[in-house]
Amino acid sequence: MNLTLKIWRQKSSNDKGQMVEYKVSEISEHMSFLEMMDVLNEQLIAAGEEPVAFDHDCREGICGMCSMYINGEAHGPDRGVTTCQLHMRMFNDGDTITIEPFRAKAFPVIKDLVVDRSSFDRIQHAGGYISVNTSGNTQDANALPIAKEAADKAMDAATCIGCGACVATCKNASAMLFVGAKVSQYALLPQGQVEAADRVMAMVKQMDLEGFGNCTNTGACEIECPKGISLENIARMNREYLKASLKG
Amino acid sequence: MAILDSKVPQGVPLKDKWTTHKDKIDLVNPANKRLIDVIVVGTGLAGGSAAATLAELGYNVKAFAYQDSPRRAHSIAAQGGINAAKNYQGDGDSAYRLFYDTVKGGDYRSREANVYRLAEVSANIIDQCVAQGVPFARDYGGLLDNRSFGGVLVSRTFYAKGQTGQQLLLGAYSAMNRQIARGKIEMFNRHEMLDVVIVDGKARGIIARNLVTGEIERHSAHAVVIASGGYGNVYFLSTNAMGSNATAAWKIHKKGAYFANPCYTQIHPTCIPRSGDYQSKLTLMSESLRNDGRIWVPKNMEDVMAIREGRKKPTDLSEEERDYYLERRYPAFGNLVPRDVASRAAKERCDAGYGVNATGEAVYLDFKSAIERYGKEQAKLQGIDNPSAAKITELGEKIVEAKYGNLFQMYEKIVDDNPYKTPMMIYPATHYTMGGIWVDYNLMTTIPGCYAIGEANFSDHGANRLGASALMQGLADGYFVLPYTIGNYLSNDIRTGKISTDTKEFDEAEKAVKDRIDFFVNNKGEHSVDYYHKKLGKIMWEKCGMSRNEDGLKAAMKEIKALREDFWKNVKVPGKAGEMNPELEKAGRVADFLELGELFAKDALERNESCGGHFREESVELDGLQKGEAKRNDKDFAYVAAWEYKGEPADAVLHKEELEFKDIELKQRSYK
Repeated sequence: MNLTLKIWRQKSSNDKGQMVEYKVSEISEHMSFLEMMDVLNEQLIAAGEEPVAFDHDCREGICGMCSMYINGEAHGPDRGVTTCQLHMRMFNDGDTITIEPFRAKAFPVIKDLVVDRSSFDRIQHAGGYISVNTSGNTQDANALPIAKEAADKAMDAATCIGCGACVATCKNASAMLFVGAKVSQYALLPQGQVEAADRVMAMVKQMDLEGFGNCTNTGACEIECPKGISLENIARMNREYLKASLKG
Repeated sequence: MAILDSKVPQGVPLKDKWTTHKDKIDLVNPANKRLIDVIVVGTGLAGGSAAATLAELGYNVKAFAYQDSPRRAHSIAAQGGINAAKNYQGDGDSAYRLFYDTVKGGDYRSREANVYRLAEVSANIIDQCVAQGVPFARDYGGLLDNRSFGGVLVSRTFYAKGQTGQQLLLGAYSAMNRQIARGKIEMFNRHEMLDVVIVDGKARGIIARNLVTGEIERHSAHAVVIASGGYGNVYFLSTNAMGSNATAAWKIHKKGAYFANPCYTQIHPTCIPRSGDYQSKLTLMSESLRNDGRIWVPKNMEDVMAIREGRKKPTDLSEEERDYYLERRYPAFGNLVPRDVASRAAKERCDAGYGVNATGEAVYLDFKSAIERYGKEQAKLQGIDNPSAAKITELGEKIVEAKYGNLFQMYEKIVDDNPYKTPMMIYPATHYTMGGIWVDYNLMTTIPGCYAIGEANFSDHGANRLGASALMQGLADGYFVLPYTIGNYLSNDIRTGKISTDTKEFDEAEKAVKDRIDFFVNNKGEHSVDYYHKKLGKIMWEKCGMSRNEDGLKAAMKEIKALREDFWKNVKVPGKAGEMNPELEKAGRVADFLELGELFAKDALERNESCGGHFREESVELDGLQKGEAKRNDKDFAYVAAWEYKGEPADAVLHKEELEFKDIELKQRSYK
């Protein structure tokens, strides 16, 4: 198929940036979206132009590196997939596709479609861990049984890949689905209880400092999340936060 | 030829070696640890766990990742699980059995003492990860669940759905985060190591490029740990991440670290086939599919042609028209032969012209029998008399969905074909590299103060890695081995003081790095980096792939050298040095692959035996039941081939570490 691409080009974080139009032809429907971008980039290199910078790595939907906003949706029109798993069969010959970076105050653009998501890391530094040293002398893994239901729910929360689609999708650029998932994973496990109150306070504080917006329960994040992280996690985080606040 | 000293403790029984060794390691007191800096390159399971543990101990750690966060390293993509000799199932597992399986699975080409230590610390890994909050799968009693994996006789694999690597990596990442918050780890994301700096014969720092600004930076430390993973991307197409590269490992090789067994590569049999020339990477489908799927190609060439041209569908072929070649060749193990055997058998059929897709490189993995079997079982369980064929299929599909639903969905998303209704197409792809930087028992390379851990080193998997052992090794090295063994070396550095970066050694290393970058951005060549990478990949796949022979390997060495020379004349890298420039990053990595590939071929040429993933057509059984199967040669090749860099890859000098097997009897593998 033949396509028209409208892509955000921005030289650096200080540059103003603009949409630029490109044409690509002979795109196979079996290509992944990023393979289509590879074709465009080879074409640009051959023409002596600068290729489009975009983040990507594993190309199988698990590393969370790829991050495009395609036709107004994080990771494009398909559901339950990242951009690298999106296939060109979702588009039609002659389509015009708009490609932008994830946009949020807390995700400044570095170049073209590449954004800085280090704010996510800093939230994790604030409390996204259980304080246990490596010693080889921690208690036996089976010493503490954990109800299957709690373990499964913790696992569901832990599958977050930290891509930032929830933030890019949210009209308030809120990171509460991301933070809620991490808070929930630990809140559901006995190992996480000891530090639960401090953790939720510290992570929420850092989230606010980074300039993420608040949650107004629209639920768009849950729909666009490639891993199907549930809104329930935001509710659980709010509960944990309230509990911790009342403790003082 | 120099003899390599593996530093394996002598005069102690195998099972006591590690404990005895640990007791004798010099310790560094807590106050002195604060005076010592350690650089860790790579933040996957090995690097992430090492960085966190070293920081907990009190060392100042500087960690480097080319991704935008340590959480994205490619360990994250491991699906199946992690082995540990916990014996929670009471099925007779023990450290010795895990050790035995690993040495045998590696076709007797790994170092006994290292493997025993790996098996010994494996149980600690599970304890540690559970304490960190890793949500492993549990049974209804709340205890940890296990699955069986890769043809071993016990259930020792711990898992977190199909995302075990992700959960273990996020565990290591959380341990790192705690140390980053304390200021004990300084994290350098979007940085790539471009050389190691040697001062007075010791590794004392690295030169790194900031991938956002393009700035070249100097970082010093008392020791440098390389945890940058494997070199599977030398094939261009592999299941590795796009950015996975061998640059850090290759740079230390060029500065004195021996590179061991580069020809040992694992080609995984169940990957989604290539669909066209635009293909950028391959996707693995978990090995567990072979438990229920039957592998076949058509018996008759007319059917192959009819299928390729779309005149026939695979479901049109009767049982008699199908060749279940694994069941035919290996009646005892059938579809469950080890990875290397299954991969070679698929290649043999496709080379003979029986491949079932347009590229001729695909075989079928068919679940029809399993669906029928499960369906009948369910009908009986549910008390349905004389169920219709449609009912049986419906019931069977439900069971298959419960077992493999996520994999079937992934396949359908990529291929746009429903694997419940029509057989999957699969083909082998490069997945893991057992070879790597040579290290001694302390995980130190032949450069004093430079260590290599995880997939980057060579030590534990021999010529073939068992399923669910990569995660185990990465975390064993990082959590439980290196943090102890590095003490021996660092205890001599408590009075050294900060290493200055303002020295001629740093000047020289930085200049070499800058010169190479300047060459790339100023060279007015005509071909893109990918053009060369794809060409290299084709040579590697065809001549150094699943089966290798003398003529092919000699030709590969020549062709790679010629390609490399052309690359240095005609490569075209757009953009500038002082900015974010992904093409420039790729150029440096491919330049290194173009050297590594030649050494790989040389090593494969030198090893004139078949062992594990390395199959030499010259070394096969000539008669009897095993006719045509791989033949290992213990008399002449029971050694580690460690290569010393001498300017050109073809001039590398071989050093042998003879392998001794005192606690295990060497046997030829048989799956007939």
